[in-house]
Formats: sequence, structure tokens, C-alpha cells
Amino acid sequence: MADKKKTMGSGVTAIFRKQIFIPIAALLLLAVFNLIMDPSFFEISFGYNSAGHPVLTGNLMTILDYGSEVAILAIGMTLVTAASGGQDISVGAVVAIAGSVILRVLVGLGGDGTLQAPIIVGFLAACGAAMLCGAFNGVLVAVFKIQPMVATLILYTAGRSIAAWINNNELPSVTDETFTYFGGFIPGIPVPTPFFIAVVCIVIALLVLKFTNLGLYTQAVGINAESSRLNGLNPTFIKWLTFVILGLCVAVVGLIKTSRLSTINYSVIAKDIEMDAILAVALGGNVLSGGKFNIMASILGAYVIQFLTTTLYKFQVSSDALPAYKAVVVIVLVVISAPAVKEKIAAWGKKVKAQKGDA
Amino acid sequence: MNEHSVLEMKNIHKSFPGVRALQGVDFHLCEGEIHALMGENGAGKSTLIKVLTGVYEKDEGEIYLKGHEKPVVIRAPHDAQNLGISTVYQEITLCPNLTVAENMYIGRGKSKLTNWKKMNEDADRILENLGIPARASQQLSDCSIAIQQMVAIARAVDMDCKVLILDEPTSSLDESEVEKLFGLMRDLKARGVGIIFVTHFLDQVYEVCDKITVLRDGRLVGEYVIEDLPRVKLVAKMLGKEMDDMADIKSEAKPYEGEDEYVIQAEGLQSDAGIKPFNFYIKKGEVNGFTGLLGSGRSECVRALFSADKVIAGTVKKNGKPVKIAKPLDAMKNGIAYLPEDRKNDGIVGDLSVRDNIILAAQVLRGFFRPFSKAEANKFAEEYIKLLEIKTASVDTPIKSLSGGNQQKVILARWLLTHPDYLILDEPTRGIDIGTKVEIQKLVLKLASEGMSVTFISSETDEMIRTCSRLIVMRDRKVVGELSAEELNQAKIMETIAGGDM
Repeated sequence: MADKKKTMGSGVTAIFRKQIFIPIAALLLLAVFNLIMDPSFFEISFGYNSAGHPVLTGNLMTILDYGSEVAILAIGMTLVTAASGGQDISVGAVVAIAGSVILRVLVGLGGDGTLQAPIIVGFLAACGAAMLCGAFNGVLVAVFKIQPMVATLILYTAGRSIAAWINNNELPSVTDETFTYFGGFIPGIPVPTPFFIAVVCIVIALLVLKFTNLGLYTQAVGINAESSRLNGLNPTFIKWLTFVILGLCVAVVGLIKTSRLSTINYSVIAKDIEMDAILAVALGGNVLSGGKFNIMASILGAYVIQFLTTTLYKFQVSSDALPAYKAVVVIVLVVISAPAVKEKIAAWGKKVKAQKGDA
Repeated sequence: MNEHSVLEMKNIHKSFPGVRALQGVDFHLCEGEIHALMGENGAGKSTLIKVLTGVYEKDEGEIYLKGHEKPVVIRAPHDAQNLGISTVYQEITLCPNLTVAENMYIGRGKSKLTNWKKMNEDADRILENLGIPARASQQLSDCSIAIQQMVAIARAVDMDCKVLILDEPTSSLDESEVEKLFGLMRDLKARGVGIIFVTHFLDQVYEVCDKITVLRDGRLVGEYVIEDLPRVKLVAKMLGKEMDDMADIKSEAKPYEGEDEYVIQAEGLQSDAGIKPFNFYIKKGEVNGFTGLLGSGRSECVRALFSADKVIAGTVKKNGKPVKIAKPLDAMKNGIAYLPEDRKNDGIVGDLSVRDNIILAAQVLRGFFRPFSKAEANKFAEEYIKLLEIKTASVDTPIKSLSGGNQQKVILARWLLTHPDYLILDEPTRGIDIGTKVEIQKLVLKLASEGMSVTFISSETDEMIRTCSRLIVMRDRKVVGELSAEELNQAKIMETIAGGDM
């Protein structure tokens, strides 16, 4: 009996110490806030979209829909952060490149909108392009040892121009309806497709982490590259690899983004999405200077960010003012998850417990 | 408080999650005294120092300083500094990208402006006084590690300290530099500074110290005047048992009785770390060693064998067959294991758990697509934690929270798990306590008797004599001699290091 009590007690503290506690707590906090302010936030209604298919709509669906984009990026961003101790800020621009490549392959220059190639071919071409961009960033970071933010600043600046150049500055649009499935709904399935795509990506990521040593290697390299090298690892290759993996994630988001509109707007598409992805990593309690990571916490962090955005929209915050509100919430969350604050909280918790013990 | 006392610590308690690091420790330092703080790894020396310097906050107890009626409050390192407590740590804690003078004065000026000219002049004067061969305007990273260490001491000394703490200051210094440091310490002692000296070198304790305080398992064992505590007794106090096996562990271990075969043969090996080409061989079940002064190239030689530095010339044969070793992984695949000299930067992966640190090399050898299951990894980790008696709360504990000796054992476990034919140990016993040192030496001999070949490098010659059957002597980055059998004695080694032609 005494034993059981003890394990239960340590179980509770273990949850508090767990990294994933932060995004879960944030999620609960947001949920409770909405529940109190306006329970209708959680309403989900059943209706038909413009194409006449049955769909579920509501704030929760919006969160699942748009949060999935950030979640997919968060997978790659977590690995890049862990191995290189820096972040890739060219993600949004490379989404534009990937999207542009898809449209170029599917419609072509001056096309009438009918598909010139199967969608899968367009997607694979986008994967190639985005992974090439990732490889470029990766070489700068891993081989030339340029700080990740500076290295990826190049594509951040140039990426959208490259995207426009790929299609000769035209805005091709796809008329084929199947193309809209990826960013919208598959007929007969009322849940937005991006969510399923995200689930597939997450499952693949988890399987890769389980059946390979990617997790151990990236963490080892991120914590101590020299000692990893002396243990037979190739830190340069592993850092490079994480950027290529992020490229793959970017290509997937490129597909979703272009599918939503069936066309592209080079200067607006996926704007500032890299910041959300980096925030998701931070919200997941991962150290931005590299090392240990928890990919599920990052993914959850991505949905928390979207939850927050949707909440703010719900309360009529104009989209211009949105970042300011977001920043406040982010400051609070990041400060709470800072190691110094965590330590203080742990010490305080101990004190309270001790006092209880005395009484 | 005693009138000669400069510092009294009373009934100090400090706990960390799962560890009671200090339990009711008293410490007492007089003016003009050099006081050794001794104990094994994990005995609580570092914790006590960190409580005193404000790195940790104590849970209980009082600290009294001369000139203060009431117990002083030390919450942060600058509190300690303002009270006249200065510290020089084992690892250099200066900024390599600043100049020597900037390092000496950083964070000290009360005014917002800095008089650069005066600062440089003052710094130069102090450096000259202390006989430190550095210029004030020099960038710190251009100085050798030893000189950086001395700059750190110069900084501490100049801060008008009443209590100077030297935490393993000699571990990266060679003999003449140690002598210089001791001169400096005696100087300060004459000026009435109380010095707390933490070291693992017994010789040094008996050379400069007046008193010894011994800690064990977070408790005070006692305070002794140096004359009353001969070495054997000191060691016994530190270990909590009588020391029986310092003398001759070699005769206890059975030599390897297999066939005489060459495991590794290298010819004309040269790396880009600046060593002259050298030849090398080791037989099955043999323990040999590289010896020489700091910077003589002994580490660079073994690094070349493991391909830790880029190899630019030479051939290597494994069991008589030529092999190509271009990177550490090649060496590992050929059954070579290398425990690096710099544990912190080249050895441990700090934030990873003890388990992950143990399985790392074996895992890399096994391959990217074949991770150990969690159960397997735990089994390996627990097996070696038990085998090497590693003190850790659990297999999930991050390695960086272990004491130095236990970290070293984890790295040793990592390489033993790869079941190497040839094990290179570069300074495996540096900065760790005597008990663990002897354990590691015994382990080396045991492994050799089972047929493993081991190269053992140590700064302490007597340790090398105890373990190695053949010594390769280095001077100025080249091999200058080889000693075995009856030639293996201090005098002969010194002579060869100094140069036989003299």
C-alpha cells in the first residue's frame, strides 16, 4: 500500500517533469479559457462545401486543418534544431518553391489548367526541389559551418523570387478537382485531408525514430559533435541529413498549400510559417540550441499555436494585431518552460510538500 | 570565531534530487595557511566549494568570515567575490576571445568607463610580478592552457582576496609550471591569504599544504595537521579502508599466456597534428604506454592510430593484414577502441543518459538501421554499471550529473561494450580519485590477461610503471626510446625523456 502511494506520488512529479507537459498544459489552458468565455467555440456543425461534399466545420476543424501544416514542418524543424543547434528560416520561401514546381509540372507554362502529368509526379518533383534546397542549406551549415540562421537567410531572401522564376512569373492554376483534395476534403470524408497527411507524416516519423538510430545520432551530434565523431559518427552528414529531411516536410506542406488555392501567390504563400514551426519546437520544450528533443511535444506545440491563432480570430482580433497577441502568450509559455523558472517551481513544490509533511 | 580564522563553515547541508551531497560538514581555514581539501570523487569537495562560492545555495548551515560579526550570506558568485573569496577552477572559465588584461579585469570595475591604457599597464605589472610569460594585450586563446590557468590565478590574486580557492589547478600544468604555481601560493600565504587547495596529486599536497580536511560520502572525516597524517593514513581516511594494493598490482595479475602475435603494427604513421612519423606495434595481451612531457606528442600518436586526427602517411596492419583506417569508424570496425584524453569535450555526450552514453559506440558499430531495443540497451547499461561499480541514480540519469570518475567509467564501459581487441586509454585516471585509479589499473591488467591489448597513457610515471610492460618514450613530437623489463624505473624514464645523449 505504502509502495503504491509512493509510485503514484513520483508519477505525478514525473508528469510535471516530462517535456510534453508544457504543450499539454498550454492546450488545456486554452481549452478551459474558451470553455468559460464561449463554449460555442467547440461546436462542430455538419454541412456541405462548395463542391457539394459533406464536411464538418467549426473551430476545432480549422485547428486540425491549419495546425497540420505547422505540425508537419515541426517534425523536420525539430530534427534540424537538435542536430545543428539552429533553425531553418527559409521554410516559407521553400514552400513557395515547392508549390511553384508542382504547378509547373502539373500545368506548365501557358497551360489551360488541365493536368499535364499525374499529381504524384508533380509532388515528387516538388520533393526533389525542396530536398535540394534543404541539401543546399545543409551544406552551408554542416560543411561550411555557417550559423543556420545566416545560412538559411539566403533562401529566405531569394526563395520567393526563385519560385516566381520557375513559372516565369505566371500564376498557373489547376482546374482539376482531385488536386483540391489535398488541402480540402476528399469526397465522402468530412475531416480535412491535411490532418490525415499530418497523421501519415507523424507515423512515418515515429517509425523512423523507432527503427533507426536517427534520434540517438542527431541528439549525440547536437550535444557534442566532437565526441560523436570519435564514436564513429559523421556529424557533418547527420546535420546535412536533417536539413534534407526538413526539405521533404516542406514539400508536403507545399502540396497542401497549393492545393488549397489550386494556384499560388508567390509573395504570400506560407508567409512567416517558419516562425510558427520554430515556435512549435520551442513550445514543445525543446532546447533551441540543440541536443535532446521530443518530436511529439513539437507536434503538439504546432496544434497549440493554431489553437491560439483560432482563438484570437474568434475573439475578433484583427489579423494585423494578431502577432502582438500571439507574442504575449508565447512569452508567457516560453518563460514558464525556461529551465530557471522550472527549477524555481520545483523548489516551491518541494517546500509546499515539506510543509504539508510537517502538518 | 577563532582570532586567526579567516573562514569558518559550520554544519553545512546540501541535497540534490536523489543525493545528499553534504551532511553537516564543518570547514575551518586560518590566515596564511594552505589547506588541502581531500576526498574521493563524489565525496562532496566540489559541492562544498560551490556552496562557498555561491554557485549553489546551501540548504542549512552558516558561513563566518573574518571581519563580519554575523554569518555572511552568499547567494551568487559575485557575493562571494565581493566578500573576498576568489576561485580558480580546473577548467578555464575565462573568455578566450578577449585579451589577457580584459580577462583579468572583466566584471570588476565599478565605473562605467574603462581606462584601457591603465588597465593594460596594471595587468602587465601583475603578470611580471608573478612571472607569468604573457602580455596584457595578447588574446587569451593565443596562450597555452597552462598560461591561461595562471592568468586566471592572476585575476583572482589581484582581486584582493582573503580566501583563494584552487580547484585542481595543476591538472593541466607540467612540472615546472606547477613549481611556479607553488611559488605563487607560498607568496600569497606569506601575505596572509588563506588558500583552499583541491587536488588529486598526493605529492603536491605534501609539498605545499599545512592542513588537510578529508571528506567522504558528503560527511566530514576530520581535519589534520599535515605532519600527523602520513600518506598511507590519508588514503585510508579517504577510502574509509586500509589501502593494501597500491604497491604492486602487476604481480597479482596473471600475464596473458596465449601465442605471441602482433595485433597492431604501424609503420611510418603520421597525422596532421604535427608528429613525426613513428613505428608502433602491440602484441596480444600486452600493455604498453606512451610517456613524455606534456605536449611531447604522446596523445597525438594514439590519436593517429585511431584516426582521430587526419592520417597523412603510413601503413597499419591488423593481425598481420594491411588495413585502411581513414576515420574513427574504420578503426572501430577493426576492433580498436579509444578513450580520449579530454573527457568533457571528446568523451561524454553530456545531456544524454548514462545508458545512451554506454551503448553509443556499440550502437554505431551495429548500424543505423539496427537500433538496440530499449530492453537490450538497459541490460547492457546495467551490466556495466554493476561490473565497473558506476555510481549513478539510474540508467536514465544524464551523464553530466555524475562525478568525474564515474563519467570516466561510463566511457570505459562504452568501449568495453564494443569488445575491442585493442584498447587505447589516454589519461584514463586524470582528475579522478585514488580508489578509482587503482580499480582502472587493475581492470587494465585483467583485460590484458584475457588477451586484450592495451595502450595506457598517464602523466604519472609510477602509474605507468605499475601497469605497462613496455614504454615508448616521446620527446618533441617524436619517439626517442623504448623501455621494457628492468629498464622500467623512474630514473631511467626521466633520463630518456630528458635525452639520453646528455
